[in-house]
Amino acid sequence: MWRSVLALIVKELLAILKDTKSRVVLIGPPLIQLAVFGYAATFDLNHVPLAVYNPDPSAASRALVARFTGSPVFHEVAEVRDPQEIRGLIDSRQASLVLSIDRRFSRDLLRHRPAPVQLLVDGRNSNSALLVLGYASTIITGFDTDWIRRTGGRQPPAMLDLRAAYNQNLSSQWFIVPGIVAVLTQVVTLLVVALSVARERENGTFDQLLVTPMRQGEILLGKGIPGLLVGVLEATVIILAAVFWFKVPLRGGLLPLYLGLLLFVAAVTGIGLMISSIAVTQQQALLGAFLFMVPSIILSGFATPIANMPSLIQDLTEINPMRHFLSIVRGVFLEGATTRSLWPHLWPMAVVAAVSLFAAAWLFRRRSY
Amino acid sequence: MTVDRQAEGARRSPVGARDAVTDATVLRLEHVTRRFSAKGRTVTALDAIDAEVSGGAVIGLIGPDGAGKTTFLRLCTGLLQPDDGRIEVLGTDVARDPEAVRARIGYMPQRFGLYEDLTVRENLELYADLQGVAPDERAERRSELMHMTGLGPFLARLAGRLSGGMKQKLGLACTLVRIPELLFLDEPTVGVDPVSRRELWQIIDHLVSTRHLTVVMSTAYLDEAERCRSVLLLHEGRLLGADTPAHFTARVAGRSFLASAPDTGKRRLQERLARMPGVLDATIQGAAVRLVTVDTDAAATGPALRAAISDIDLRPVAPRFEDGFIVMLKTRAGMAGTATPVEHDAVAPPPASRTVPTPPAAPASNGGGSIIVADHLTRRFGDFVAVDDLSFRVDRGEIFGLLGANGAGKSTTFRMLCGLLPSSAGELRVAGYDLRRAAPAARGRIGYMAQKFSLYGDLSVLENLEFFSAAYRLSGARRQARIAWALEDFGLGAMRDGASRDLPLGFKQRLALACALLHEPDILFLDEPTSGVDPLARREFWRRINALAEAGVTVLVTTHFMEEAEYCDRLAIMAQGRLLATGDPDGIKARTRGAAHPDPTLEDAFIDLLQANATEQAA
Amino acid sequence: MRVRGLLRKETLQIIRDPSSLAIAFLLPAFLLLIFGYGVTLDARHVPVAVVVERPDATTASFTAELDHSPFFTASRFATIGAAQAALASHAVTGIVWLRADFTRRLHSAPPAPIGVIVNGVDANDARIVEGYLQQVWAVWIAARLRTTGAAAAPPIDVRQRVLFNPAVSSRDYLIPGLIAMIMTLTGALLTALVIAREWERGTQEALMVTRATVREILLAKLLPYFVLGMGGMGASVLIAVTLFRVPFEGSFAALTGASALFLLAALGMGLLISAVARNQFVAGQIAIIATFLPAFILSGFVFDIGSMPLAVRLITHLIAARYFVSILQTLFLAGDVWSVLLPNALALALMAAVFLGVAQRKARKRLD
Repeated sequence: MWRSVLALIVKELLAILKDTKSRVVLIGPPLIQLAVFGYAATFDLNHVPLAVYNPDPSAASRALVARFTGSPVFHEVAEVRDPQEIRGLIDSRQASLVLSIDRRFSRDLLRHRPAPVQLLVDGRNSNSALLVLGYASTIITGFDTDWIRRTGGRQPPAMLDLRAAYNQNLSSQWFIVPGIVAVLTQVVTLLVVALSVARERENGTFDQLLVTPMRQGEILLGKGIPGLLVGVLEATVIILAAVFWFKVPLRGGLLPLYLGLLLFVAAVTGIGLMISSIAVTQQQALLGAFLFMVPSIILSGFATPIANMPSLIQDLTEINPMRHFLSIVRGVFLEGATTRSLWPHLWPMAVVAAVSLFAAAWLFRRRSY
Repeated sequence: MTVDRQAEGARRSPVGARDAVTDATVLRLEHVTRRFSAKGRTVTALDAIDAEVSGGAVIGLIGPDGAGKTTFLRLCTGLLQPDDGRIEVLGTDVARDPEAVRARIGYMPQRFGLYEDLTVRENLELYADLQGVAPDERAERRSELMHMTGLGPFLARLAGRLSGGMKQKLGLACTLVRIPELLFLDEPTVGVDPVSRRELWQIIDHLVSTRHLTVVMSTAYLDEAERCRSVLLLHEGRLLGADTPAHFTARVAGRSFLASAPDTGKRRLQERLARMPGVLDATIQGAAVRLVTVDTDAAATGPALRAAISDIDLRPVAPRFEDGFIVMLKTRAGMAGTATPVEHDAVAPPPASRTVPTPPAAPASNGGGSIIVADHLTRRFGDFVAVDDLSFRVDRGEIFGLLGANGAGKSTTFRMLCGLLPSSAGELRVAGYDLRRAAPAARGRIGYMAQKFSLYGDLSVLENLEFFSAAYRLSGARRQARIAWALEDFGLGAMRDGASRDLPLGFKQRLALACALLHEPDILFLDEPTSGVDPLARREFWRRINALAEAGVTVLVTTHFMEEAEYCDRLAIMAQGRLLATGDPDGIKARTRGAAHPDPTLEDAFIDLLQANATEQAA
Repeated sequence: MRVRGLLRKETLQIIRDPSSLAIAFLLPAFLLLIFGYGVTLDARHVPVAVVVERPDATTASFTAELDHSPFFTASRFATIGAAQAALASHAVTGIVWLRADFTRRLHSAPPAPIGVIVNGVDANDARIVEGYLQQVWAVWIAARLRTTGAAAAPPIDVRQRVLFNPAVSSRDYLIPGLIAMIMTLTGALLTALVIAREWERGTQEALMVTRATVREILLAKLLPYFVLGMGGMGASVLIAVTLFRVPFEGSFAALTGASALFLLAALGMGLLISAVARNQFVAGQIAIIATFLPAFILSGFVFDIGSMPLAVRLITHLIAARYFVSILQTLFLAGDVWSVLLPNALALALMAAVFLGVAQRKARKRLD
């Protein structure tokens, strides 16, 4: 029996490799997404357009402005002469931040009175707005500290001493790139598996397969294992790219990473086979894969934290294998997580894999005509 | 040029393509060549075609699949541009002004553009809008068309729910909402039951006689050629001939015979006759063998045949169009004198003993010698009864045919027999098993060749064979031996590394058969095994099947080709999911013999059965 | 007359085939709900570990601010070791650590450090948490200033003002972007699948030999799906305003105009894809890859375009969704700001013209 399963696996792999369309699915999107996600999908801000309104011609105010314009985050696009212009600059999106220094700034500063400075932020993108405010207050705090030291004023009673664990520079790339391992592995595995039976149904070869002495279990294995192989291979390529090209630190061991990967790919394969057994045409399989893929990526914590979702949806994400695998990849990459600490993420994927594979086998038997 | 003047000219002009009167020429092709390239390979679909067609009649464009028929019609309608040469339709160069041509012609593509989720009336309205039929003419046109096609009662029905024959008639009606001067039809009769086929022809003939329009229609059914005024015979992109059907058959006048030899058996007789010098073609027809000889003089060949087969009875018969076609193909290939297929192979049919070992004894089945038993077999899909209370038996070593149009229920029956589809009711036994529930090993005793020769197109010939041999659990030396056998015996060795997708249709069919025979099955299921292949490949295919049957393999075949049904020992004729008749081909034909049909064909018999069935249902 | 006939046909087909209605209405609603609930960047009730090595009145005043903040759920840990273990097991996202000498240093050698450690894996989330902590700290300083009068105020008095979205709710800005993204997808998918379907069913070949011109065929395709798309758009806006309570500051006239231009561009792209692909499978795949991903990543809907590398920034100009995202965010949150609307609308009109023009050229009445 293993011989025929092996033959089916070899056939599947040959069909995937020889078919131009499949090759495109395997190679095209992963490369594009790796490049796009790796470079374009970033929450780090730079070149934030800044406008400055400074009616206080003093060394102190110029020093403050210089701190802003000298930062790589901000990029001065306009110097405002008339306060009436400020609103228009933000409305028209020419500036995202307006630094508006009060006329009394240097006078108050020298008299040790709080010197007023206004920060106006475009809130249309609230995430950027928050980050911009964060950057701006860091710059102002730096100015404060320096000013106090030079003029001998009184220090504030306490200061925050901020440190970030695992990702000292708070690089978005370190966060996004390991996530791509999960996203792309899922996309590719799902497409390969979900389309494989539908393609045979369309070509009429599936009947041919069913009349051979192969058991349905064997056919299922022969269809699932190629997906598993392709998924693991794809993941390996992206892991290598993450480590050697994007220089994301790999702090944990390969064992927990690959254990998680294997369970993840098995779960995705099971889901793919389920889609495959229901779909009659490749079109339907594609739509089915898409309808599963979109929510599973959105509700995985890939771009937005799960902790921010409503609690009902948070519970729902427990059955999403990608959510667990994302925790594993990021845990292993950045936190050096171990198999033991990842256990809460390993067993749910094993359950999803087992359930989906059995469901696929059942659906397969029902739909085999 | 107005319709009327043209039609006048057409009526005056003699039949024939080449010798047409120039002013009645509706279609002229000058050295037309069209190539297609894909993946670095270039295929010449049409090779330097010169033709001239005169108006006022039905012109047949005849040839097997891949001969270039569709390309020909698409070039004429301006949907494709020729790579070389020039096409003039109704005096206008199509490539230069396709819109002017389209305003005067009608075209019905192979899968006509019926909108299946629109009703019959809505489809007609749409095409009336598109063709610019004036509103006040519409009602009249529609009632005329409905009367002609008999679709009147179905105006409110969705086109998707019409039968295959009715869809084709509606398609034709849609192209005729505005009467064109020249009508192109691409395989309008394919997959249509014989009754609808006959009705379609009546509509076309009626149009030609009352409206004087010219119809150019393509078909893969060679027997339809005889209904055309003249015929353009296409084969592998070349125009083999343009002539009246009578001219084609005249070449083989006096060379067609029906031979029978009671003691020899039709298959042995056919095999022996096919090998004889002087015999160009030998095919089984009912219990007899139809011969086409090399010489026109029967006297020359007759004695030799009688000398070889003592009890032979030779009876001259009228030549068919297919006889003429076969002669042309063979003489063109310069292989006249042998009945073995021409360009495809030099491989002799394998000795039956080597191909198929004596089948192992089957478990005792309830049908005595019957290896396939169907008892009150029924299959429903929701409300729709696809197969209704079907009962028949097939004996070991028999070639059994399921005959019926698309939608008659033969594919459903077939899939139930193979275990691909559970039955809703009734009993089913294949070699003593119900394959749906049987152990996998039982499936190892059947071979299955699906419609359209389903192969893994991306895989090479060898990879396909390797895969199927493993799927059928062959291993070690036996596997190697069987693969080697398949490559050699089916003449596939030279192309073992080529992708099976790129094989010519005839070779695909051979590879599909080879894959189904790798494990030497006792029972062979063939679903529409020769649809679309040329007559030579069909003959070669049946030679193999005959050899298998002689060796004791049971063969179950579905077909909608009447000629193909002649090869079967017994037939089951199906319509609307029900069995109309079973019996051997001659027996079925004999039921119809009477004043109307002194020498009935299977098609006549089929139509009679269908009509009797319809009257019965109405009563 | 021909256009009317084709239009009637398309309309009947849409009514009878539930799949196009599903793509037009159900798909946007489904996606909007998934995204609307699933995608939010606002941290609320972030679990933080609080380690106070020697509690006294001063530390209590600080931890009380943490406890009152809606952004944090503080839990006490006795030692920093225990807190770090909780950080490692993801039980908490951050640690606030007041060392044993905190109060002493506060009085003797200010400023006393308040140790903050956040899990930096999700860099964006970490930054936002840090920002919230800074707010808590600022409030505490101000309170101390008022009560004790002893502590010094920082030299600069920063007044922050977030325009258009004072609550800084990410949903308010994500949902308008989502609508743009979803309409890109459905718009292109609708037309891409529809024409490819005609090719597959062989109806296109029959249409081509009739007297209907390419322009008429395309127009008849465009109009019904345009109406459907506008319907889907209306449904999405309705969900956004009623269910997610996103404010709508602009005028409906501007919204309608911009949506119309955008739909023309999206449908035009779909027509182009289907004219090129000619089968539903390829058309569907291209529609998903060419619209969904770019609209998600390169439209400025989540990720800030200005922060992307120059090459990627240039590419974003080819994405119709980019312009529409900008228009929608402005219309929803800022109002009819013509200096944003007009240039973006112009870009959309240009794209629509190009796509439709190329689609018309590509969809010749020939097969080769």
